[in-house]
Amino acid sequence: MVESKLKMPELIIEAGRTEKNYWHDLWVYRELFYILSWRDIKVRYKQTVIGAAWSIIRPLLTMIIFTIIFGRVAKLPTEGTAPYAIMVYAAMLPWQFFANSLSEASNSLIGNTNLITKIYFPRMIIPASSIIVSLVDFAISFGLMLILFLWYHYLPSWQILLLPIFVFLAFLTSFGISLYITALNVKYRDFRYIIPFIVQFGLYVSPVGFSSSIVPSKWRLLYSINPMVGVIDGFRWSILNEKEIFWPGFLVSLSVTFIFCFVGIWYFRRTEKSFADNI
Amino acid sequence: MPITFKNMPEPIIRVENLSKKFVIAHEAQERYKSLRDVITNRIKGLVKKGEKRYSSSSEEFLALDDINFNVYSGDRLGIIGRNGAGKSTMLKILSRITEPSSGRVTIKGRVSSLLEVGTGFHPELTGRENIFLNGAILGMSRAEIRSKFDEIVDFAEVEKFLDTPVKRYSSGMYVRLAFAVAAYLEPDILIVDEVLSVGDAQFQKKCLGKMEDVSKNQGRTVLFVSHQMGTIAQLCDKSILLKKGKIISIGQTNKVIENYINSQSNTTEGNKFLGGTSGQDFYFKEVYSINAEGQTKQDFGFDEEIAFLGKIKMNRTPYNLKIGITLQNIQGYYISTSIYELENKDFKSEDLVFKISFPSNLIAPNSYYIRIALFNDNQVFEIVENICNVRVIDTGTELSKYEGINYGSIILKTNWTIESN
Repeated sequence: MVESKLKMPELIIEAGRTEKNYWHDLWVYRELFYILSWRDIKVRYKQTVIGAAWSIIRPLLTMIIFTIIFGRVAKLPTEGTAPYAIMVYAAMLPWQFFANSLSEASNSLIGNTNLITKIYFPRMIIPASSIIVSLVDFAISFGLMLILFLWYHYLPSWQILLLPIFVFLAFLTSFGISLYITALNVKYRDFRYIIPFIVQFGLYVSPVGFSSSIVPSKWRLLYSINPMVGVIDGFRWSILNEKEIFWPGFLVSLSVTFIFCFVGIWYFRRTEKSFADNI
Repeated sequence: MPITFKNMPEPIIRVENLSKKFVIAHEAQERYKSLRDVITNRIKGLVKKGEKRYSSSSEEFLALDDINFNVYSGDRLGIIGRNGAGKSTMLKILSRITEPSSGRVTIKGRVSSLLEVGTGFHPELTGRENIFLNGAILGMSRAEIRSKFDEIVDFAEVEKFLDTPVKRYSSGMYVRLAFAVAAYLEPDILIVDEVLSVGDAQFQKKCLGKMEDVSKNQGRTVLFVSHQMGTIAQLCDKSILLKKGKIISIGQTNKVIENYINSQSNTTEGNKFLGGTSGQDFYFKEVYSINAEGQTKQDFGFDEEIAFLGKIKMNRTPYNLKIGITLQNIQGYYISTSIYELENKDFKSEDLVFKISFPSNLIAPNSYYIRIALFNDNQVFEIVENICNVRVIDTGTELSKYEGINYGSIILKTNWTIESN
């Protein structure tokens, strides 16, 4: 589509053909991906008056509540020397990113019905670009984290330099699960009622308000099947000067993330062809 | 408009044995499945293990059935047919929104579809932002959009509102902007569906001009779907008529349109109009075409006189009642109108019979309709269009060797003078 006109590309339309050229097409349509992400970001911060503020207020309030309930009332231990608030916020960052991605992506296809029924492009672009919006939210929330550092006079160690790796991991986890759920959401329209539940429930089964080290060690491996456990542990390791990451659990989470990514992409592609007919 | 069939060896679009199958499940009336239904059906299946598993009767439906045609570079192809004939499915396959079930399409060049104006327009974004967004969605690069930005804005006539969100635009402005982006897209093949149904007449004219320019002067190919026969006739040199997923007519546009209209007219019995339902004080009871001998006829020779005979019911004394008869061509355009002003002395009984005849050797070979109207200075009692289909058959006019070319609706006797100096 963006190729030079002189080349006169030959396009063949046949049953099952799109399947074969999928990754090539995804590359060809990268410009569309940029512009859709730009649109989503623009619209998001235009529509809500408090726009950007929202991505600060939400994690901040949740953090305060969790710090009071888990830290003060339940008197759970923090990790290392970090203040409880920072420990919660370090987990809040990836969790909010994940939760936003999930809810934004799962509605993205239905919200873009008029695009899907009218032009061709690899459909994966749409949920992917909505995750980019969540990534921008994440960046804004991260700014608040720096303020928290100042507030508590807290200095992170060199480990924070490795944070981008864990951000990428959070992205992979969100992307894989979101793709799977997005596809399900198009196929079964009542699936969207389940998504808020997943997000709510996930907040409590993931170690957001507490440290994963309080989970009894015999359960810890099983607990790590939740891929967000690995992501959150990673975030805490790099932000909170943790000495060591719980490797077996982290590897379990990592594998689950990759499995979800693989299954998500596979299932999305399988159902993608019929989106225009189903939506 | 000259008709050219470009018999170039290589078509730009080649459609071979194209079929698209849909499965209609009779059990599920909803458009999409819901998880709840799937789960309850599974459970039902488990409970009634001995019995047959949940089964829904489903039926296959061919939206397109073995379609074959070629489009050559520079062709302007119209696709016509009733709703459900497969037009949209065809365009959806060509623009890759759905895949065919079998068969193949080979396309050489960049395709842009314009299935509906404003694809991807976001109401919250400004006109300027939407130009870039829509351009990218339709396949333009940012540099390309930037270079054409001023032309697009000029064409759409929205320069004052460039920084206003399009949700505040009037529908006319919205359509103009959307069409303008697409018009400057410059793909090799442009697919257009029902764009021109919105917007004012002047803008429509401008669009037609632009599209003609795109295809004639720039050699681009246009596939056009519309219910407006007039637009198709003006814009397309070649057309396809689809019916129930099959091509039933392909060729020069006016021939195909004629087929379409003839297959459409079931409200009237060919050349006969039966009225009497309007409940007005004055109405047409019936109108039909006759020849000079007074026989009911639908096909007339060019050298024959065409007449229409009609009965009017009058429930009260008419005051300045007028009968209007307009000859229409197959696209519905008005060719000529004749009005008879009734005087009170014409009114002797409740039934009035009128006859109007058109001169022979004037109306060009083609298919025609009439519009009939009953009105006075204050009120229109009845007006009916596109009735009483008559056909003029060429009986050896000087233009007979140009049959199929749209040379107008009237053949006037003209005098030529040629001198060489």
